[in-house]
Amino acid sequence: MRLKFTIAILLTALLCFVGGLWFPWWEIAVASFIVSMIIPQQRWDSFLSGSLGVFFLWGILSWWIDFKNNSILSQKIAQVLPLGGSPYLLILVTAFIGGIVGGFAALTASYIRKT
Amino acid sequence: MKIIPFFICLLVTVSLVIALNRQWGSIPPIGKFVSPQHGFWQNADAYDKDYSADLKFPGIIDSATVFIDERLVPHIFAVNERDAYFIQGYLHAKFRLWQMEFEVYAAAGRISELIGDKALNFDREKRRLGMVYAAENSLREMEADPVTKNECDAYTEGVNTYIDHLKESELPVEYKLLNYQPEHWNNLKSALFLKYMSLDLAGHENDFEYTNAKNYFGIGDFEKMYPYLQDSLDPIIPKGTTYPAPGVMVKPPSSADSQYFSKSDPADIVENKPNRDNGSNNWAVSGKKTKSGRPILCNDPHLGLNLPSLWFEMQIHTPQFNAYGASFPSAPGIIIGFNDSCAFGFTNAERDVRDYYEMQFKDETMNEYWFEGKWKQATFRFDTIKIKGKPDFIDTVAFTVFGPVMYDKKFTGGRTSGKKYYAVRWKAHDASNDLKTFNRLNHAKNYEDYYNAIKNLHTPGQNCIFACKNGDIAIWDQGEFPAKWKRQGDFIMPGTDSSYAWQGTIPQEENPHMVNPQRGFVSSANQFPADPAVYPYYLGGYYPMYRGLTINRRLSKMNDITTDSMELLQTNNYNSFASMAVPLLLKNISRDSLDNNEKDYYDTLRKWNYNNDVNESGATVFILTWSNFEDIVWHDEFSKCRQPTTLPESESLLESVLKDSAYKFLDDVNTPQKETLRGDILAAFRKTTLTLKNLEVARKLSWEIYKDTRINHLAKLAPFSRLHLNIGGGSNCINAANADHGPSWRMIVELTDTTNAYGIYPGGQSGNPGSRFYDNFVDDWANGKYFKLWVMNKNDINDFRVKYKMAFRK
Repeated sequence: MRLKFTIAILLTALLCFVGGLWFPWWEIAVASFIVSMIIPQQRWDSFLSGSLGVFFLWGILSWWIDFKNNSILSQKIAQVLPLGGSPYLLILVTAFIGGIVGGFAALTASYIRKT
Repeated sequence: MKIIPFFICLLVTVSLVIALNRQWGSIPPIGKFVSPQHGFWQNADAYDKDYSADLKFPGIIDSATVFIDERLVPHIFAVNERDAYFIQGYLHAKFRLWQMEFEVYAAAGRISELIGDKALNFDREKRRLGMVYAAENSLREMEADPVTKNECDAYTEGVNTYIDHLKESELPVEYKLLNYQPEHWNNLKSALFLKYMSLDLAGHENDFEYTNAKNYFGIGDFEKMYPYLQDSLDPIIPKGTTYPAPGVMVKPPSSADSQYFSKSDPADIVENKPNRDNGSNNWAVSGKKTKSGRPILCNDPHLGLNLPSLWFEMQIHTPQFNAYGASFPSAPGIIIGFNDSCAFGFTNAERDVRDYYEMQFKDETMNEYWFEGKWKQATFRFDTIKIKGKPDFIDTVAFTVFGPVMYDKKFTGGRTSGKKYYAVRWKAHDASNDLKTFNRLNHAKNYEDYYNAIKNLHTPGQNCIFACKNGDIAIWDQGEFPAKWKRQGDFIMPGTDSSYAWQGTIPQEENPHMVNPQRGFVSSANQFPADPAVYPYYLGGYYPMYRGLTINRRLSKMNDITTDSMELLQTNNYNSFASMAVPLLLKNISRDSLDNNEKDYYDTLRKWNYNNDVNESGATVFILTWSNFEDIVWHDEFSKCRQPTTLPESESLLESVLKDSAYKFLDDVNTPQKETLRGDILAAFRKTTLTLKNLEVARKLSWEIYKDTRINHLAKLAPFSRLHLNIGGGSNCINAANADHGPSWRMIVELTDTTNAYGIYPGGQSGNPGSRFYDNFVDDWANGKYFKLWVMNKNDINDFRVKYKMAFRK
């Protein structure tokens, strides 16, 4: 059960990443939807794994980019947006936005099955 | 399958995606924007980003290599010029695409497309001034010249090649924030950019304000307040020079006294103006004044300070030429720089080449206007202005023999109600291939080449400075300048016949110039090019004189000059205006009459050495006292004038009161008693001390804090700007670093066998706010430091300074 949950998270992140190489940003919704369809779980688990998959992917990617960039850009964007100039808050917001979309897409797919 | 919850969830998901994929007001499409694989994160360049690349494009004729050094300066090595300009276009786009487009949008009056109708008046003003019309005229001339056409075509192709290979994720971050896409480049856009510079440098006039001042005060008082001559002037061509009789004779129309200089109707127009501090310093010293025995040329153009910077540094090497210097992203070639034989630079000529004519139209359709005793048909230009989020706006602009009707009943700049029709005659409307100047200068080997190059520069007029390895130095006050009678075009002229039209052009060889003078140097700092009392043509315009005084005084005394001593001169903060004004202020304040607080500030002013240095509060005390003095002198006269005017120049007031302590305007016309110079100065000082006390409490008395120099992002995004810079200087100092305006490219070139050059600009090579190269020159610039400009040789490819290599193949 927990293994399935973990695999769903990892697969969501992987599929989202690969999709992102060719498709527009909203491919994360499609990717989370597909993973949720092929890995049947409880509804709450579907939502959570889809959500966490994108959350971790976007969080880790943006953190890594930010690390390599010495936060030059994130500090500025976090003032434009306005997040008090905090790179970490910006990374969190990034991950959260991705996570919400991924979660709802995964939840949608979970209603296709008869459980 | 649970149909209802499925569709509810689907609806939620799809709505989320749509909501996050569209712009809400000024908030960008947030999902797209924060996506680490698509949005702004992709603009966060890794600290160790590798710029090397192997590129294959059909537009390349031969193969070429670009070596990029540690400051991200590209050194283009191409075997033909076409490839060199293609690559220059490609690199400008790679590092500065957003800025290039944005500036051209501004020039063409297209900002409403990006930010909505709040920019509509700005856009209409650009269109009605005839910016696009002017660029189209110039483009025809540029494309008629095969050399310029090839150069522009190659450049355009390079820019477009970059755009065509640009992935969504690589779009400059400003496009992502404002949510739009780049367009293709074309030669017209390069021409538009040059007109943008013409507007900045040759678009300044005070015709409406002067007309109103003349009407209100009368021509007699007007001449006292806005005098043509300056007592302390040291012109570019020294006083005592004689000039031959003018080749073009002009005289005012017989009706001038009754129709032009007399009182006329008020002109209710408030114009947007280019920054009046747009100016520059340049000088070249001959070998007999330098330690190396070779000439040294220096230039620092003072322009609006922005990020990304106006300038992009580069070297272009082809078998025909090898030029290094500052280029304009948007235009091919090196603009201010040097090659293997000589160096070249510019300051603004400041000549007024934009005049207004009041037109009489038959009716509001504007189909016909009265000209030479009959109704003449106007032509029309229909300008469609796209507005973000709103329907297009179509502006109809009538054209007359003089030029476009800029202000009419439908448009006054949005500030007043239009009752009249004003056509604008602007020299920049005339076709000219100014770009050829830079192409020829890049190739120049000697004085003749330089002279033949600058003859192509018509507008904006510039003081073109030159120094050559063979020892020659020269300066030409160059441009195609209208020959005007005295005060022609300072006021609005009648447009009902041709008698007030410009009567001719000053012949090229009569432009003020100087080659290898006895004194061993040539210089300019936007002062009068020649003694206006002697030069045979009227030199209307605004000519600040104090920087020129400092430069000439210092250069006359200097010998054994080195690039180090030139760096010190270029970053010098001495304020010649203050050196003449402060003794006048001190002389007229009796220290004993002051209270203790006032005495402190009086002593600060007295001890001040006239240098606008960092940590200096004397400069702040002076600026504020002077500004209050001007206010006390002029407020009573001007407060009753209902129409827009402009206050007389500070130097005019200073020279007037130095000459005549009973200057008529010192008296406050609203009081029965007679105010005096002493009284006005003391009142100004007392008023100032209150402000000074507040500043001191807020710890803002120090000059650099009070002045608060900043470099704004072009779209005024504060987080992308650099604020509160630690730099002295300011107006009337050689180091003319004002609040958001100043030395935009400092360059010093010693013409030794191996060129010894230094330079810096307040910005960085990358236009990307997410790059460490975005603003990495700024602090060094503020601190007066320079970089050694490295002219790379073909066999330097293994030099430690080469960090990246871009290969271009067909």
